[in-house]
Amino acid sequence: MEKTAIDVAYVAELARLELTDEEKAVFQPQLENIVKYVEKISEVDVSDVPPTMHGRAITNALREDVVLPSMDREKALANAPARTGDEFMLPKIVEGAES
Amino acid sequence: MSDLWKLGIEDASKGLAKGEFSSVELTQAVIDRVHAENPRIGAYLTFDEEGALAAAKAADEARSARRGAPLLGIPVAIKDLINVQGQPCTCASKILKGYTSPYDATVIANLKAAGAVCAGRLNMDEFAMGSSTENSALGRTVNPYDIARVPGGSSGGSAAAVGGDLCIAALGTDTGGSIRQPASFCNCVGLKPSYGRVSRFGVTAFASSLDQVGPMTKSVTDAALLMQALAGKDEKDGTTPDEPVPDYAAALKGASLKGVKIGLPKEYFAGGLDPEVKRLTEAAIAKCSSAGAELMEVSLPHTEYAMAVYYIVAPAEASANLARFDGVRYGHRSDRSDDVFNLYARSRAEGFGPEVKRRIIMGTYVLSSGYYDAYYGRALKVRTLIRRDFEEVFRKVDALLTPVAPTPAFRIGEVQDPLTMYLNDLFTIPSSLAGNCAISVPAGFTADMNLPVGVQFIGDAYREDGLLRIAKAFEEVR
Repeated sequence: MEKTAIDVAYVAELARLELTDEEKAVFQPQLENIVKYVEKISEVDVSDVPPTMHGRAITNALREDVVLPSMDREKALANAPARTGDEFMLPKIVEGAES
Repeated sequence: MSDLWKLGIEDASKGLAKGEFSSVELTQAVIDRVHAENPRIGAYLTFDEEGALAAAKAADEARSARRGAPLLGIPVAIKDLINVQGQPCTCASKILKGYTSPYDATVIANLKAAGAVCAGRLNMDEFAMGSSTENSALGRTVNPYDIARVPGGSSGGSAAAVGGDLCIAALGTDTGGSIRQPASFCNCVGLKPSYGRVSRFGVTAFASSLDQVGPMTKSVTDAALLMQALAGKDEKDGTTPDEPVPDYAAALKGASLKGVKIGLPKEYFAGGLDPEVKRLTEAAIAKCSSAGAELMEVSLPHTEYAMAVYYIVAPAEASANLARFDGVRYGHRSDRSDDVFNLYARSRAEGFGPEVKRRIIMGTYVLSSGYYDAYYGRALKVRTLIRRDFEEVFRKVDALLTPVAPTPAFRIGEVQDPLTMYLNDLFTIPSSLAGNCAISVPAGFTADMNLPVGVQFIGDAYREDGLLRIAKAFEEVR
């Protein structure tokens, strides 16, 4: 297994999480410690062992494809931090597009 | 003021059926009790009194009209991550402050169909991440048996409400021990159902391959009664199999430990146990033995890797599940943002507390390119070995008996280091990874501090009936 190299500031960016300098300073050693602890699993021989994705494996959990009513639009938008008409409102995403 | 709040489901149901009191009186008694005690205990974050009383009144009317239901008129308090239409659902996080649920979770729809009254929203560790409820961003909950101590977590509000008689019964959720450990700390019964036995539709996801909803109650019988309403297939949760749900209350009739084979996994007694927890667990073993149970030492050889597997798998799944909190459709949105990327990053920065941030970072790390195989991929394989340990041992025994947590309730602020806090779940995590059912049952009080301690019985997957029967028999002899 590769040796611990968690870079908290970089991983937080991947996670779309802005951290303060204080948070980075506190989390870095804490997470290094946790990563070091979980590296314990490298001791186990897992050759030919299949992965377990769930507490109980169910394959092909299918149901009839029946159209049912969706949530009422007003209800779905009721918790929106900002909306415009029937849509969620967000800052401009595409450069040059009309906002 | 009436003291009906002392009752559990079984006795309250009898009283309601005999007409000794109404659901409105019962619900009002709980509300009065919450007014008197919640300022001290902090079990509830909010309580929709009007809504609860209206539902109680409807239950009383149904009873007058001779329309019965298994939990008719019984108030049940709800952990604040399970959606009840029209009520808040904060997950004890600032990011969901002000959120109102637009729909009922399936477990809530089931409870309502069984006649129950949803009464109050219970505090918890933020997004169910923690073992002390100290990670709540919205309130402080203390242990009703010693207010200088934590109630456990993450279902700490549920445990404090049940243990402190601030409710009749409660729902909690358990990912790595979040029902069982607080139940042990607060002297209540807490059942973590087998993976898939109870629907999670409408329950805010933490780690989807582990999360389960379960009852937290004043007795094993109450746990069986509540479980009956919760369990079963749900079209809206693909992890619930179409397997028949046994009659749990019927399974308790004539419960006895005679001839029951109980395994004692040696890895759970290897050391590091608080001496009083050790003494009470050994006393529980002795009581089972005198009641006719056949006790035998067994081995779950991969136990020592369970914590490491869990702290890879659970944060990985959490980092994906919590991606939905981005300030776009609901929840907190930062007003410092001018483009969509810093809208995400700042809304999440302002909304999440430190433990949630740590786990998102940990989860993102173990899933990131270059590390995925070494951490997440490998952890899933070790999880298979842990599951096989349980499958092997359940060929020989009916249940396992273990401590719930290494210590009784600890002092508020006592555990500061995250990794030390994680060790609380040492004995509850392995069965969660394996998908088994497990229950914490009160076992007695420590001699020095008079703090409650539970013992854990672990059952084979989908054998909640057998597990409850063993727990009931233990409850009678303890």
